[in-house]
Amino acid sequence: MKKTLILTTALTAMAFGASAQEITVMSWGGAYGKSQIEAYHKPFTDKTGIKVVSVDADNPATPIKAQVEAGNVTIDVADVEYADAVRLCDEGLLEEIDPSILPDGADGTPAMDDFLPGAVTDCLVTTIVFSTIFAYDSSVFADNPPTTIADFFDLETYPGKRGLRKGAKANLEMALMADGVAPEEVYDMLETDEGVDRAFDKLETIKDSVVWWEAGAQPPQLLADGEVAMTTAYNGRIFNAAVGEGQPFVTIFDGQVYEYDGYVIPKGAPNLEAALDFVVFATETEQLAEQAKWISYGPARKSSGPLVGLYQDGKTEMGPHMPTAAENLQKALPSNFEFWADRDTELNERFNAWLAG
Amino acid sequence: MSDAVAATSTTEKLTTADGKPLKAALARSQARNRRRAFYLVMPLLLFVVVTFLIPIGQMLSMSVTNTGFYSWKDRDTGETVPLMVELREWFDANPAGTEPDEAAYAALRAGLAHARETKSIGQIGTRINYEVSGTRSMFTSTARKAERMEPPFKEAILDADDEWADPKLWAAMRNASKSVTLDFYLAALDRTRDADGNIVKVEEERAVYVLLFQRTLILSALITFLTLVLGFPIAHLLATLPLSKSNLLMIFVLLPFWTSLLVRTTSWIVLLQSQGVVNDIGVAAGLIADENRIQMIYNQTGTIIAMTHILLPFMVLPLYSVMRPIDPSYVRAARSLGATSWTAFRRVYMPQTVPGIGAGGLLVFILAVGYYITPALVGGSSGQLISNLIAFHMQKSLNWSLAAALASLLLAGVLLLYWLYDRLVGIDNLKLG
Repeated sequence: MKKTLILTTALTAMAFGASAQEITVMSWGGAYGKSQIEAYHKPFTDKTGIKVVSVDADNPATPIKAQVEAGNVTIDVADVEYADAVRLCDEGLLEEIDPSILPDGADGTPAMDDFLPGAVTDCLVTTIVFSTIFAYDSSVFADNPPTTIADFFDLETYPGKRGLRKGAKANLEMALMADGVAPEEVYDMLETDEGVDRAFDKLETIKDSVVWWEAGAQPPQLLADGEVAMTTAYNGRIFNAAVGEGQPFVTIFDGQVYEYDGYVIPKGAPNLEAALDFVVFATETEQLAEQAKWISYGPARKSSGPLVGLYQDGKTEMGPHMPTAAENLQKALPSNFEFWADRDTELNERFNAWLAG
Repeated sequence: MSDAVAATSTTEKLTTADGKPLKAALARSQARNRRRAFYLVMPLLLFVVVTFLIPIGQMLSMSVTNTGFYSWKDRDTGETVPLMVELREWFDANPAGTEPDEAAYAALRAGLAHARETKSIGQIGTRINYEVSGTRSMFTSTARKAERMEPPFKEAILDADDEWADPKLWAAMRNASKSVTLDFYLAALDRTRDADGNIVKVEEERAVYVLLFQRTLILSALITFLTLVLGFPIAHLLATLPLSKSNLLMIFVLLPFWTSLLVRTTSWIVLLQSQGVVNDIGVAAGLIADENRIQMIYNQTGTIIAMTHILLPFMVLPLYSVMRPIDPSYVRAARSLGATSWTAFRRVYMPQTVPGIGAGGLLVFILAVGYYITPALVGGSSGQLISNLIAFHMQKSLNWSLAAALASLLLAGVLLLYWLYDRLVGIDNLKLG
């Protein structure tokens, strides 16, 4: 009897201890947030008993800066874009993550070879590759569908409004590619004043027909309302609208601009150890492959590729919808984070002035 | 008072039952009452200080100081480390415009190496990048090499990147070393400093803030005017109808007031977009050709329509509260004395509603000047206001000092208008309800 009592007390204490442990993970919400909850948060809680609290933000990089600077950090893990991660890391706002804690791929490839080049930095472990693409409503252009990024800027052949993200990033690159610049020359050209002028001149040709969007959920809505005929968008959002909701949207990967996105830990995170465990767990081969079942963003580990199967509907093959699929990479541009970390201020100032004028 | 004191001191002192002087006892009990009253107000006072005064003070100080270049808070130890010490000494010893010599480059190298060691180089680079675009990566890449550099340092640094010779960069570093700077206010007014420290306009294609300040003020004034034109008859109707009917109508004014701002804004999108309800009706009625649908949203028109609707209750309610107690017999008396209906309105009715017009106008204008979410959603490119750029610098570019400078200018503008209003109309003439 006494033994049972001790046992139950110990068990209760353990259970209590386990349930008291929790971490806060901040991400972008929507279909993307859901994919993370299904692929990372739930399995992590099942495995470790650590509860994961999901919090959403427009861009988690902003609250991180605010919290760390104010010395009141409540987030343990945050999902941020690559350029933001580099910038925050340089400013000393993030915990450094020792890459040696990342396990090898499921097929035995060493971790550093398994991740895509540059995907693991001092502070960031990349989880996905996402892409800015353009999409159109197939019911509008049934006879002569657009196929290249140049068609996006061609108002004569493809009349109708265009949707573009309100910001310089990705728009300038796409404008130059549409103007005939090869992807590998885009950033060299944007380093020069003439190149920037050329990009803005190209944007100017469609400026009067543009509806500007800011949140990732807007472009599918604009297309569905018939408010625009074509729009740039994050590829996962169009995929979810087209495949998940059966909208007649077609994604064009020609001229896509893709970049990394992943997990960072803010400096002074309240549960550092559990946060590291979470990042390690979420970026294992299986979990990355699992996330791709929920949204069409490419996993950051090469070993996850073969494991990516069908979408959650059980019949759509995910492979061809990934921005990293070979046939989608023929005219594709990896976003240059260093360029944007440097030129962001200047080009967005000019973009804002161009927009308002 | 002194007479009274003198009087009591000459006569026998009054005491309470337990022998204490009455005056002291009274003072004590009054002080206790005052303290008690203060305790009651204290929660609100603390609330205002914590949630309003401190943030505004912080914002103001952020707009004139940016420690990014010269101070680093080590978050592991909590210590504050001074940065670029040698370079700042060189700046102090040499006046602005001095050609940087070997000593300057040596100081720069020491600062870069130290910054690399303390991992503060990103912060330094970001700070200077606000002033001279494209320098952020120069700082990080040169700092990486700084430790191994050999004298002469001028050559070594220029070897790493010849952009280091740019006099604009040196001027920017000198400015960034100052503990108080007005540079962010200059930037917020489309001004910058050239290499010699003179204030000049930024290039035409980058100037945006002055234009947006103007647009914000003009649009806010227009929206205020529109809410007045639309709200005045409604308020009058509400004030003159019998209470049972006016209460019902009041619900129609208040219902949108209680509805979420986002819901109201997105409803306007549904109504006004080119495939929206209004255009559809126009096309169905044959008023608009299908290919010539009117663009009423994602531009200035959209911002004006949506904001006028959203801010209308803030005009109607103060007007109503002023109109309700106006006795209708004044206007009747004026009419019976021979005034036309226009004269009676202009000379008798209108003057009595001025406190309501003032209150409603001030309220709507001040709200409109700081409006953010509606222009962001329906403003497109031409309907953006200054608050959208403040949000941009808070959330995207993370240049909080510039955001603070823009916000401070906006605050100063509103205070100026408030002061003008007080001078012209009188603030005690304001009736908010």
